[in-house]
This record gives sequence, structure tokens and C-alpha cells, in this order.
Amino acid sequence: MAGLTLASPSAERGVYSPWREMWRRYSRHKLAVVSAFLLLVLILAVVVGPFVWRVKINDIDVIAGMQGPSLAHPFGTDDLGQDILARMIYGGRISLAVGLAAMLVSVFIGVLIGALAGMSRGALGHGLMWLTDLFLSLPQLPLLLLLIYLFRDGLKQVFGAEGGIFVLIVLVIGGLRWMPVARLVRAQFLSIREKEFVEAARALGASPVRQVVRHILPNALGPVIIAGTIDVAAAIIAESTLSFLGLGFPPDTPTWGRLLFDAKDFLDIGPHWALFPGGAIFIAVVAINFIGDGLRDALDARRVI
Amino acid sequence: MSQYVLRRLLIAIPSLLGISVVLFVVLALAPGDPFSELATNPNVPPEVQAALRAKFGLDDPIYLRYLHWLNAMMHGDWGFSFVSRMNVDTLILQRLPATLYVIGSAQILALLVAIPVGVYAATKPYSLFDQIANTFAFIGFSLPTFFTGLLFILIFSVTLDWLPFVYTTDVKATGIHWVLEMIRQAIMPVAVLGLFQAASMTRFVRSAMLDVIRLDYVTTARAKGLGQATVIVKHVMRNAMIPVVTLIALQMPAVFGGAIVTEQIFRIPGIGSLLISSILSNDTPVVMAVTFVFACLVVLFNLIADVLYGWLDPRISLR
Repeated sequence: MAGLTLASPSAERGVYSPWREMWRRYSRHKLAVVSAFLLLVLILAVVVGPFVWRVKINDIDVIAGMQGPSLAHPFGTDDLGQDILARMIYGGRISLAVGLAAMLVSVFIGVLIGALAGMSRGALGHGLMWLTDLFLSLPQLPLLLLLIYLFRDGLKQVFGAEGGIFVLIVLVIGGLRWMPVARLVRAQFLSIREKEFVEAARALGASPVRQVVRHILPNALGPVIIAGTIDVAAAIIAESTLSFLGLGFPPDTPTWGRLLFDAKDFLDIGPHWALFPGGAIFIAVVAINFIGDGLRDALDARRVI
Repeated sequence: MSQYVLRRLLIAIPSLLGISVVLFVVLALAPGDPFSELATNPNVPPEVQAALRAKFGLDDPIYLRYLHWLNAMMHGDWGFSFVSRMNVDTLILQRLPATLYVIGSAQILALLVAIPVGVYAATKPYSLFDQIANTFAFIGFSLPTFFTGLLFILIFSVTLDWLPFVYTTDVKATGIHWVLEMIRQAIMPVAVLGLFQAASMTRFVRSAMLDVIRLDYVTTARAKGLGQATVIVKHVMRNAMIPVVTLIALQMPAVFGGAIVTEQIFRIPGIGSLLISSILSNDTPVVMAVTFVFACLVVLFNLIADVLYGWLDPRISLR
């Protein structure tokens, strides 16, 4: 193994920073670096975009409808002459926000259940793992559709049309995607809780909560961060799928999936309408997946690269 | 072996029951009740409403309602679709073959692509072929099915005009032409779903093969003078397929999700598009039943995976 001599080059120089070491490992993955840059550009575009590109998302101009890309409308217009770039910037904010929020929900539930199952030695752990397996064998998309179908109207009254759907979609997507995280966390906990440093903490009288929060959880975070990154991509796909089926955000909210849904009947006369939002979803998802791949290299300290 | 299959069957029952509890709880927690239309109708007097509620057991405690519902589901009494004006079970049985045809062909296509590519990539790790296959697999599972579906329509139907993009069950042809037309119209949906599946499967196959190919018994087989093909197919693949089977079974829920999207894009009259149309027309009995059928299919495929597992690794069925 040539890697043995390369394992700690920064240590030889006398300065060792875990962050620098992580960046060194991450930057070995060229596609991951490119992806991180792409994702940053995308986030910047949807955050700053509305201040630079001041076209309204619902300016209707039927005469200018179905135009391909031009200087006035870089991404073209839809059948009502609405500017697709402006709509994509608006929709991108929602798609990315849903992805992040749903990831936080699924990581929170997953860590909670995984930690409980990993710490308990009795029936609780078995019960939680049975629950995890049960959730894993649920058909996700049909259940997602069913939940949105049943609860849509109730939440609309509480949070308003857009807010209600946002809360619902985030909770439902997050609530159906926590299982891999829970399994990972449990597996990590089972091995870490037997390590000497945890035993030392226990011997010093640390309470179980302190053992988990200060000693076990920080050491189990690597795989969780990787799984969470990939979850963002999965949540973006899930939200776009719902919108594409016409069952996500309300029709006047142009999320990327919704734009595709509207465009799909005009493929012959206006392919640009479908290609730009579809491409945006693809770039976001592929970039996030590559970043997850790069993080896997960066965070798995046992792998020598 | 038969004892093992029986045991797996018995294990599948609690998970089906668990899924039915989840579905029922979701339905019971949902705001609104099936009689809300009657409640708002001024022509129905309150005592008739109360009598109806009592008759259908809506005021019973929740566990009794669950048992009633489960009993009805098991007896094939799945309710009546007010939109299609027929029994839900007949409706689903009409739509199921199209779904199974598309999903089944897509799985076969996925296996036909993923196993050779994954195995070959694993025999030459980090070679050019491996890197290309890896990149394509990565792109493949990052491309959502709804976008690939639209791209396929754009390329093969709109631009090239090779394939039809609307799927019909009443093809106007007979004999061999009927068969050809059925295959022709299924090419795009099956390719969209199959290639999406193949992308993640290729990665599973490759990493499972890499785990096994380094083991000592493989070196022994080579040392005995066996050819590369024999070693790979008879010694490595059989063991590598065991984790792959589990991973594929875990993918099944995602496959059904993909099937719903594909059916919707290509307008295939399967249960996925039935689900969407019943949601859009508020046809609750059909929505519930289709979700339940999807859940049963997932459990069924898990069962098949378990049986395959026992066949691939006889030690498992002895345990």
C-alpha cells in the first residue's frame, strides 16, 4: 500500500488541521469540486436572481408566447408569454428550500430513532428497528400522494395555500425518508458505544444523554452528513415528482416540477420550456449527489486517499 | 427449502398487517369524513345521518373500525368507485396487467444491462470502461424519470418520429402486427424505467463483485487453473448476487414510484395512472385500494427476494 506513507503528509509539516485534511481529501474528487461550484452558482442565482432579473413571474403577454430563448427572455417564454427564467428563479428557491428542509426533518427523525435504537439493549431497540423496516417497505410515492391528497385542504386553512403545501410536503417527504439515516446511526452507535473512550466517560459518571451528545454522536456524524446530502437530492426529486404529477404546489407556484408539468403538452412547439427546468433539476441533483460522493472520500478517515 | 419459504410467508403477514395499520391510521387521522357530503346536504335529516353513521360503524372505537375495514379488504370488498361506476376490485384487476407488464419488462431490461456492465466493470476496476460506466450510472440515477420520459418523447417521437408516445390497450391490428405494435409502444416507457433502475443496480453489482473478487477462495479457484469466465460466473457472481438481491428488493418502492410517473407520462392505463386520476377526482375508495395494492406488491417482491436469497445461499434456508 503506497498510501501508508501518504496517510499524513500534513502532520509531517507540523501543522495539522482536520478541515484542511478534509479539503485535501475532498478536492481529490474533481467532479465533486466542480459540483460544489455548480451548486454554489445555482444557489446564488436563486437567492440573488430576483434582484438582478426583475421580470415578474406572472407578466402575461400572449403575443410573446412560446418564444425560444432570446435577449429579452434568455430562457424563452411559455404559452402565456410568461418569462421562464424569472419563473425558474422563483421555483428554484422553493425546490432547494424543500430539499434542505425535508433533509433536516429526515435527519432529525433518523438520528433520534437511530440513537434510541442504538443505545437501548432491550425491546425498544428491536421495536424501533421493526418500525424502520416496516417504513422501508412502504410504497413511498403512493403514500406521499395519499397523504397530500388527504391533508392538503386542512393545512391550507392553517398556513395558507403556499405555506400549507410547503409544510406538508416537507414533513411528508422528510417523514418517509428517515429510515436509511436511522439504520446508519444505529449501526454506528452499536460499535461506538463499546469503545474505550465511551467506557471512560461512563466510568467518570457521564449520564447517558451526555455520553450520546458529547461522545458518541460527534463520532457518528460522518455517515449522517453523507446520507443527509444525498437526501437533499432525493427530496428535490420527490418534490419535483409531486409537482410534475400536478399534486404538489398550487398551479400558480412555478416550481421546477410544475414548469415541466405545464410544458409537457407543448413538447413539439416549445421544447425549451421543458428543457430548462428539467436541466435545472438534473444539475441540482447530480451536483448534490457528486458532493455526497466527495464527502464520502473526505469524511471516511479510514479510507486512504 | 419449502419450510423456509413457508417461514418467510409467515413473516410477510405481520408486515402486511403493519402496512394496513399505517394506511388505516392515515385515513382515520385525515380531516373530513366520508359522510361530509351528507352532512352538508340539507335534505338529509340529522337522524338519518346518525342512523347511517351507526350502520356503517363510524362511531365505533377505532380498533373496531380497523378490524371491520381489514375484514372487508380481505374479503375482496374494496368499495365502489363513484367516478368509474364499477367495483374497485374489478377496476384494479383491469388496470393491473399493464402495470405489471411495464414493471416486469423494465426489471428484465435493468438486469440485462446492470449485471454484464457491473460484472465487467468489477473485473477491471478503475479501467476506462469502469470509469465511463460509473459516470453513466451516476448520471442515470440523478436523472428523474419524468425528465428522461419527456426527453425520450422529445427525441424519439417529436424529432425522429420513430415511436408513438401515447400507449393504447386497443391496438387496431391482429396477429403478429398486434404483438409488434404492443412491443413498439412499450419501448419508451420500459426503457425510461429500466435504465433508471439499471443505473443504481450497476453500482450495487459492481461493489458487491469487488467485495467478493478479492476473497481467498477466488484465488484458489484461479490457482486450480479454472478459466476467467468460470471463476467469475460460477464462483464470484453467485456469492456477489446475494447482497444485490437484497438491495434490489429495497429498491422496489422506488420502482413503483417510477412506474407511476412513467404511466402518467406515456398515458399507460395501469394502476399508477389510475391512482393519479382518482386523486384528482377525489375518488377515495380507489385511492386507498391502489395504495394498498402497491404495498402488497412491495411485500410480494420482498418475499420473492427472500426466496431467491435462500436459493443463492442454502445456508440461509437452514437457519
